[in-house]
Amino acid sequence: MIQFENVCKYYGKTPILKSVNLTIPDGQFVVLIGPSGCGKTTTLKAINRLIDIDTGTISIDGEDIRRREKVDLRRHIGYVIQQIGLFPNMTVAQNICVVPKLLKYDKARCDGIVQDMLKLVGMEQYAEKYPSELSGGQQQRIGVLRALAASPPIVLMDEPFSALDPLTRELLQDEVKNLQQKLKKTIVFVSHDMDEALKLADLIIFMEAGRVVQMASPEEMLENPASELVRDFLGKHTEAPPSKVESFMRTNVRTVRKDRGIRECAERMARSSVDTLLVTDEDGRYLGTVSIGDIRHWGHGLQSIEPLVRQAARTTRVGDEAKDCFDFLLESGESYVVVLNDDETLAGIVTKTSVARSVAESLWGDAK
Amino acid sequence: MTALLHDYGGALLRAVAIHTGYVLTAVLIGFVLGLALGILLSRVHRWAVIVMPLLSIFQTIPGLVFIGVLFIWWGGSVLTVVTALGIYAMFPVLKNTYTGILEVEPRYIEAARGCGMSPVQRLFRVELPLAMPTIIAGLRMSAIYTVSWTVLASMIGKGGLGDFVYQGTSSNNNTLILLGAIPAAILAILFGAVIDRLQKKVMPRGSGKGAGR
Repeated sequence: MIQFENVCKYYGKTPILKSVNLTIPDGQFVVLIGPSGCGKTTTLKAINRLIDIDTGTISIDGEDIRRREKVDLRRHIGYVIQQIGLFPNMTVAQNICVVPKLLKYDKARCDGIVQDMLKLVGMEQYAEKYPSELSGGQQQRIGVLRALAASPPIVLMDEPFSALDPLTRELLQDEVKNLQQKLKKTIVFVSHDMDEALKLADLIIFMEAGRVVQMASPEEMLENPASELVRDFLGKHTEAPPSKVESFMRTNVRTVRKDRGIRECAERMARSSVDTLLVTDEDGRYLGTVSIGDIRHWGHGLQSIEPLVRQAARTTRVGDEAKDCFDFLLESGESYVVVLNDDETLAGIVTKTSVARSVAESLWGDAK
Repeated sequence: MTALLHDYGGALLRAVAIHTGYVLTAVLIGFVLGLALGILLSRVHRWAVIVMPLLSIFQTIPGLVFIGVLFIWWGGSVLTVVTALGIYAMFPVLKNTYTGILEVEPRYIEAARGCGMSPVQRLFRVELPLAMPTIIAGLRMSAIYTVSWTVLASMIGKGGLGDFVYQGTSSNNNTLILLGAIPAAILAILFGAVIDRLQKKVMPRGSGKGAGR
């Protein structure tokens, strides 16, 4: 457990941290977030004493960190910097072993660590490469491994993925989250990206102007942002999710005009693998549906499908609440609801798949 | 040509040997001093801002003047030659060591601190290796300059290829001048080549290509 009690830090006369109090529980993924200059990086670097605080106390598992030798403290806390910072004069293996060597582990143990670490990210064949021979994403993977090498219980990460392209960043976020859960580390992670924070964090600590504004789980923060600024940061995540039927309907529906013949209609169903078509008149107005069963039963000798059209399907209007449709679909077991525009023309259909998507969106707040 | 070699061959060989001896000793002294002082100054910024400009001024004093002054105090001994040359050989190494260490990118320093390296470990495992290409470039410059400055040794009667040059100029004998100048030039090129090979050796595959970015 990491604890800050009334921690203050000044650069000259400018206060950077104004009486920060916070508790970071063991085994949690904690993201420090806030606008630039809010003190999040200072807070992070105070933990391994890269920055010394002026007043207050920081303790790890109850022990004041000022009572620990600086280098010794840092060797037992992993650290990943923003610009990767792999030593270019060392191979991947040597970079991973920097801390184990400082701790005077013997050669066999170091070699074992290198193998174990590289296996975690599937990069075993890179041990003897130099950093310049790796891509940015691979380099930062090694950067993370270097921090984990001596199995520190706590790992600090200072915007570790901000220099990477979006795709690689997503990948590394997933990997780090998996590693954290697998190895049960306490990770303190600085970020300015709320998407990243919501994705990774068990606990988000929001800071502003040297103070902690809110400490909460992602769900709780989305539910009750403590201030306008927090709400701004959450941005699109707090906007009301769409609720009207048109947001959930499918528009690529199979239709047929009422004056079409039986054969054509049956072929069209076969081609699109559906058992029902929506029937419209010449102006595209919705008339009803025609099913393959009806065609087979009653279709012989008919010129057009018009006599077979049924109006059994439930309809709804653009602008109606989607919830009613969803309730109907789930209760009745029907497979779709037809959505009509105000002029009776066809807009689309809402299916059970739409329900599933809606549930996903309200759970994760983002349609993917 | 044969006659020339017959007349001067032995003397020339001796001169080359003495010359090389002076260069090696002076550059060795200069390298060790320059490295040590360069590291020291890179640690203590307060001194560096005073000392570095002073050294630059001192460096502008012609070698001829300095060796002359030293001759007045110490007389014409090997020590005088080696001291004077050693001090001049020190400057390029000192300057490059100092700037090489200061130019190590802050992210490597931060990474080293964050990993828990002590200042000494940081120096030897990160800063010096990363500054090494710059330091060796300084050594190269120092060796090549020293080859030409060593000609001054003969001015206080301590031999080397300068003997031929001075004899040549005083007796208006161009052949003698060339006999001193050409081996000196070859020596400079050789030293450069050896240090270039050394340079390649100290540079790992990874460095020099914007590594770790």
